[in-house]
Amino acid sequence: MKFTLSWLKDHLDTDATVEAIAEALTDLGLEVEGIEDPTAQLGPFRICRVIEAVQHPNADRLRVCRVETFPDGPGGRSEEVQVVCGAPNAKTGLIGVFAPPGTHVPGTGVDLKPGVIRGVESNGMLCSERELMLSDNHDGIIELPSDAPLGVRFIDYRGLNDPVIEIKVTPNRPDALGVHGIARDLAARGLGKLKPVSVTPVPGRFPTPIAVHIAPELKTKGCPHFAGRLIRGVKNGPSPDWMQARLKAIGLRPISALVDITNYFTFGLNRPLHVFDAAKVKGDLHIRPAREGETLLALDGKTYTLTPGQMVIADDNGPESLAGIMGGEASGCTPETTDVFLESAYWDPITIAATGRALKINSDARYRFERGVDPAFTLPGLELATQMILDLCGGEAGTVVQDGAPLDTTRTYRLDPARVVSLVGMDIAEATQRETLQALGFTLNGNEVTPPSWRPDILGDADLVEEVARIASLTKLQGAPMARTQPGVPRPILTPLQVRERTARRTIAALGYNEAVTYSFIDARSASLFGGGTDAVRVENPISSEMTHLRPDLLPGLLAAAARNQARGFMDLALFEIGPAFHGGEPGDQHLHAAGLLVGATAPRDPHGSRRMVDVFDAKADAEAVLAALGAPSRVQITRKVAPWWHPGRSGVIGLGPNTLATFGEIHPRVLQAMDVKGPAVAFTILIANIPAPKAKTPTRPALAISDLQAVERDFAFVVDSKVEALTAVNAAQGADKTLIESVRVFDQFTGEKAEAQMGPGKKSIALTVRLQPQDKTLTEAEIEAVSAKIIENVTKATGGTLRA
Amino acid sequence: MDGIDTLKARYLAAVAGAADEAGLEEVRVAALGKKGEISALMAGLGKMDPEARKAAGASLNALKDEIDAALRARKVALADAALDERLKTEWLDVTLPGRPRPRGTVHPVSQVMEELTAIFPDMGFSVAEGPQVESDWYNFDALNIPPEHPARQEHDTFFMHRAPGDNRPPHVLRTHTSPVQIRAMMERGAPIRVIAPGRVYRMDMDQTHTPMFHQVEGLAIDRDISMANLKWCLEEFCRAFFEVDKVELRFRASHFPFTEPSAEVDIRYSNTGGQLKIGEGDKWMEILGSGMVHPKVLQAAGVDPTQWQGFAFGMGIDRIAMLKYGIPDLRAFFEADLRWLRHYGFSALDVPDLAGGLSA
Repeated sequence: MKFTLSWLKDHLDTDATVEAIAEALTDLGLEVEGIEDPTAQLGPFRICRVIEAVQHPNADRLRVCRVETFPDGPGGRSEEVQVVCGAPNAKTGLIGVFAPPGTHVPGTGVDLKPGVIRGVESNGMLCSERELMLSDNHDGIIELPSDAPLGVRFIDYRGLNDPVIEIKVTPNRPDALGVHGIARDLAARGLGKLKPVSVTPVPGRFPTPIAVHIAPELKTKGCPHFAGRLIRGVKNGPSPDWMQARLKAIGLRPISALVDITNYFTFGLNRPLHVFDAAKVKGDLHIRPAREGETLLALDGKTYTLTPGQMVIADDNGPESLAGIMGGEASGCTPETTDVFLESAYWDPITIAATGRALKINSDARYRFERGVDPAFTLPGLELATQMILDLCGGEAGTVVQDGAPLDTTRTYRLDPARVVSLVGMDIAEATQRETLQALGFTLNGNEVTPPSWRPDILGDADLVEEVARIASLTKLQGAPMARTQPGVPRPILTPLQVRERTARRTIAALGYNEAVTYSFIDARSASLFGGGTDAVRVENPISSEMTHLRPDLLPGLLAAAARNQARGFMDLALFEIGPAFHGGEPGDQHLHAAGLLVGATAPRDPHGSRRMVDVFDAKADAEAVLAALGAPSRVQITRKVAPWWHPGRSGVIGLGPNTLATFGEIHPRVLQAMDVKGPAVAFTILIANIPAPKAKTPTRPALAISDLQAVERDFAFVVDSKVEALTAVNAAQGADKTLIESVRVFDQFTGEKAEAQMGPGKKSIALTVRLQPQDKTLTEAEIEAVSAKIIENVTKATGGTLRA
Repeated sequence: MDGIDTLKARYLAAVAGAADEAGLEEVRVAALGKKGEISALMAGLGKMDPEARKAAGASLNALKDEIDAALRARKVALADAALDERLKTEWLDVTLPGRPRPRGTVHPVSQVMEELTAIFPDMGFSVAEGPQVESDWYNFDALNIPPEHPARQEHDTFFMHRAPGDNRPPHVLRTHTSPVQIRAMMERGAPIRVIAPGRVYRMDMDQTHTPMFHQVEGLAIDRDISMANLKWCLEEFCRAFFEVDKVELRFRASHFPFTEPSAEVDIRYSNTGGQLKIGEGDKWMEILGSGMVHPKVLQAAGVDPTQWQGFAFGMGIDRIAMLKYGIPDLRAFFEADLRWLRHYGFSALDVPDLAGGLSA
């Protein structure tokens, strides 16, 4: 919402400076977004007189002017300056506009400097309208009447010295979409006195021949009140300069007096109006729901196809206006208009909003009607506008025709002065509270408060608190300490899952991964590669085709990030993310994943030969480290039931029974190719919430049991089929003696062609080391032999293999 | 016993003259070995009469000890010399790089969320979470934003697809963290103090907007919590978060459907040559929106507004991260450019806490 200072002063009697007004507006909740002060640009330009203009000695098209200037303003000393001027109208005795050296000329963007033009000194400029950005006119320099006061600033002479203030109006404050409402807030704050809008009805000189009819179904909701009148014999020329200046200042294009008047009311009094060229209206006006498929060529030059639920104002020719949003081209006013039908109506905000949204029309009228204009001002607005049309365009007014009645918005709320103080935490005297509400137009009957008709946003007691608080000024609010909820040292507040998320993050980062935060929505193709991309997780109105589906997994985001980094030449990456993945479109269909991705080599090339390509066991080690940090049990199962985006032979699921804790492995080569990542790429995904809570309920550790007896290690090598899993052998060995065997580790494997040459086709060798820890006496050789035999028996039985000779 | 002095002199000289361990061993065998000269003399003691044996025994033992000590000392000296010799050959170029260790980082958004979690719980707040796909009731209605409220349009909402035949209003990607207020109050009732950090979504993408960003919601409900308490709480937060001695906040009246009165909050700062400093200077920057929770919101969440009152605020996490750490571009937060992650990320062990200073 834009307005000028002089416009505000039409409604507010004040001496406050622009700065004071701006500060108050912002504090009141009408945040100032900008102030354009034309003085800054046009201040240096003053009215001057050309004493004499003679032909330039060296140029046909130039004149040398002796110019009388008044650097100190009117009545000050005069100074003669020589200016070389190319304008055809530069002549002796001309009264014009002078810019001294040092002036920034807005129309050309040039800073003036004294110069020599074709051998003649020139110390300033005589300006055209274009150079001052007043118009496109550059045919000659500005010529003022001979009585124009010499030395006066041109902006003051032309009435351009009117700062423009732009404020941001929150959607609850339609009343502040008119200058008068803004003035009311400032007056309540004490920045001046609100000038009342006085309305004198204009008597009808003749019966308006056009009747208005609101369709019955719209009377309750849609259009409770519609009024208008015919004004005959008007002359629709340009509107007066002062009105054009104001409209231009706030960014509107003056069109004609009639149209400009409606805009002037829209912004001045938040009273949008519409003018029909009565000569083009056939029959009466009917306010009715649009019919399916009806079309209307609107004033913006576009044709709109309407649907029921939208409202039109129609005559015998069909729809003439899109009610409350935009008029129709066919019945619009033109310079030739002599008879005008002036409309003032109240439109239901919800209907207007829905129609405006559906047709994608953003008009000043829609903006106001959908927020709510003053329903009690429909007729006063009509009378005021009638008077202005008569004043500016002449003619005579007919009687007012109307249907329906002003919406009754009477309601009362209770002012509880003590509660105001308690909520705001400011000591605002009861009398002040009451004065504030009265200044804003509320009526008080004891503590029963009736809001004014122009405040549809006041809908409860709490709204009264807000009014009092914002007028009292929240800038003055002083902070007051809040009591602790409990005495003493604060208790822990994070949930176990929150703690785990943090632990996972710090652990993965400590393992050398860089944390990324990627978008929760990804493209359909990537989503489908990872088991997602269904309609259930589709965003109906995505912002781009790259962001259409909620991610089913974090890996597509990380892989896309890897591809982007590789495109920049970073081939070796360790990225991770912790965040939600979505398995459905209902609230709660999300689960917390921690995913890590390793791409390329483990390290840059170095003299120690550290560099090697990442492989599945890097991902597995990291997954296990994170699981351990999160308190997962160390005995887990590893299965191969992996999702299809993993390499089928080089990936595994870490689980506890049916409960999946993590997946690790190589990313499927086809997925890598589709996502444009140059491999190798290995990853892990941890389902943080699936990790069982630790069993221990106390921070006390179990007692440390260590034996002084020497532990014994024995190594075993087995020949097994090449697809036998090492874990089978480890578990079998472990089972040989649960008390004596402390640990079983795989310390070697021998596979491939050489192994098969030695041990037979389809065979490999696995080497285990078993650590025996005696508890009460040193083991004898015989005892060790007995355990060893049991281990060999168990392993060969479980794996179908043999002890390697 | 002149023989002993001679022996002593001879063997000590031999010890001193031994060039290496082998030579030294020869000397030891010759003197103290089983068949060595001194051992032989010791063996001869038995044939002496007791008087003479006593005297000779004592001096022989002394001789043996002295030579033994000399042998040991010489052995150490030889070993030292040998080591010194070896060390001369053991030279490496220590300017070569060490074995590489990967250096991981934590994203600034995560770091700032942990900073929030260090500060607010000290003022009695716990941390609540909520779903990111929300029903329109939680995201709008319960927050006093009815279907036709213009504020709904201003939210630039992403809607989820609705299957044909499912006539419920479409779910939304939550446009703010405020629905967590409702969920937290419904779950825990009043009194309550929670913050709710998390991802939020709006259909906006330009120089300064991304369709996903992060917010933290704050909610404090009790019998007598006021807007003055809100101001204090935010002042304390900003002072702790920006790690400055004092901050100055300015409340400006504003409008949010879910609070009444509502205020936008500005923070005082200076900007010298692009260097922002919080807490000083003559500029104001909006950092958050806040207000007293609207009675209708309390009611929607099952909290009796005649008994309870309190405040709520919402703040952009990415934005305060940018302010605090001088990160220029929001869009880069979500691009996962390795150079950015390394430059703006935090070390794994840099866990924010109040005792050590958040960013210390």
